[in-house]
Amino acid sequence: MMKVSLSWVAVWRRNYLVWRKLAAESVLGNIIEPLLYLVGFGFGLGAMVPEVDGVKYIAFLAGGTICYSTMLAASFEALYSGFARMHVQRTWEGILNAPVSLEDVVFAEWVWAASKSFLSGAAVLIVAAALGLAQSWTMAFILPLAFLIGLTFAGLGLIMTALAKSYDFFMYWFTLALTPMMLLCGVFYPLSNMPGWLQAVAAALPLTHAIELGRPLLLGRWPEHPMLNVAVLLAYGVGGFLVALTLFRRRLMS
Amino acid sequence: MTVLSARGVRKSYAGREVVSGIDLELAKGECYGLLGPNGAGKTTTLRMLLGLTTPDAGEITLLGHPVPKAAREGRIRVGVVPQMDNLDPDFTVRENLLVYGRYFGLTRAQVEERLPRLLEFATLEARADSRIQELSGGMKRRLVLARALVNDPDLIFLDEPTTGLDPQARHQMWERLRLLLRQGKTILLTTHFMDEAERLCDRLKIIDHGRTLAEGPPHDLIAEHIEPEVVEVYGEEVESWFSEHGQRLSVRAELHGETAFCYLKDPAPAIANLRGFPKLRFMHRRGNLEDLFLKLTGREMRE
Repeated sequence: MMKVSLSWVAVWRRNYLVWRKLAAESVLGNIIEPLLYLVGFGFGLGAMVPEVDGVKYIAFLAGGTICYSTMLAASFEALYSGFARMHVQRTWEGILNAPVSLEDVVFAEWVWAASKSFLSGAAVLIVAAALGLAQSWTMAFILPLAFLIGLTFAGLGLIMTALAKSYDFFMYWFTLALTPMMLLCGVFYPLSNMPGWLQAVAAALPLTHAIELGRPLLLGRWPEHPMLNVAVLLAYGVGGFLVALTLFRRRLMS
Repeated sequence: MTVLSARGVRKSYAGREVVSGIDLELAKGECYGLLGPNGAGKTTTLRMLLGLTTPDAGEITLLGHPVPKAAREGRIRVGVVPQMDNLDPDFTVRENLLVYGRYFGLTRAQVEERLPRLLEFATLEARADSRIQELSGGMKRRLVLARALVNDPDLIFLDEPTTGLDPQARHQMWERLRLLLRQGKTILLTTHFMDEAERLCDRLKIIDHGRTLAEGPPHDLIAEHIEPEVVEVYGEEVESWFSEHGQRLSVRAELHGETAFCYLKDPAPAIANLRGFPKLRFMHRRGNLEDLFLKLTGREMRE
């Protein structure tokens, strides 16, 4: 069923070359947005909430912000940019006329969106470090984690791309999936503040598992259930990718 | 040598058969035209030949490789000019060629070496670093053709290569296609322009409703199905002229709206008769591929 060949690298490189042309703007966005979040919420709210889990609020927030930013970076890439390449610009159509299969193209898109997530994670890490919020060696794990979060949300996002008729469709994903996760999975506050049933809902959502890894790693602690968290993120990512691939086949190759 | 062959190829969508048993065989170095009205099954056929759509039945061999099983291997030596331009808008002319070459496993050095010839072929030497948005329609089309040659293909698929081009650009495109044929390339072409097919194709196939209606060299097909001379008559009183004289003077005659089409062996009596009707205008020409196409596929509009 999976027939990915090394041709996917050529497709990944195509996306990388386009990104490189706009890298300055892109990196600027990757840095400024999380910086505003951290400064705004961290200092603004932090003045009222002096400590959470034994650390300053801004330090608590930094781990959530990294996970949330990388989730968004992968989602934007897989949804909006992916849809542009598949449908609007017909880039995939051109590639598929070459000896490249649909599996190669979708795999490349998946890995590329995760690469964007990696870049975003690296940018937030730099911001956090500059604010003195990341000082432990465990913060090095943030980079592979950013890539993994990217695979998770790009895999899920590609399902939306495969189903989309236009860009408007993506509003559902943002309003019904990503925004609720941002608000319910513990980006801004500890999950333990929530009623039990909401905690149970959050435990099933991928962003919760991302944060259970990212927050302690940034604070210099070791996550409580790293294997479980990684397994959930991988399951969502790989599962999403495989469902998306089936939908893309139906949409483009029938 | 057979470059591309298909036998008994069929495809249905939701119980409706759009390709109902197409056979074709392309010999090396020929230009083969696939003609048909919109919805005749041309695009689906092309997609199946390239291995982009799986046929329900039939056998396809692309440059010696079974399709769709080994379509990827087959496409290594194939170039495709799609109906709608899908150049990469984020890249320059040069970058479009470099990036596309990578999809064929070509290294940057290999494409760089071919680049001057490709740019010259497309007459885009001065535009190598232009962005795609800065190119005219004709330039984009030439670049798409050059891009299809980046892997030095043996077989080139052209899906309506001149749709939307002005006459100058169309002639330029034809010149380039003839050049490729002289180099020994094989071409599979779809088009809605009958003059284009008549000019370029060694052989052609007319399909409709997924079936082959006629196949052969264009002039043989015209000679076989169409009377040699045609007189088209227009004007307000054409209806009465058609029923009183037109039908009587023609081997075959049709009236569509305000135009009478008279198919004849000898046009002289009809032309002499028309001199007596100064209110009618007429045009005398030879029977052509368009007459054949309309005879086989009908004159009703297609969606």
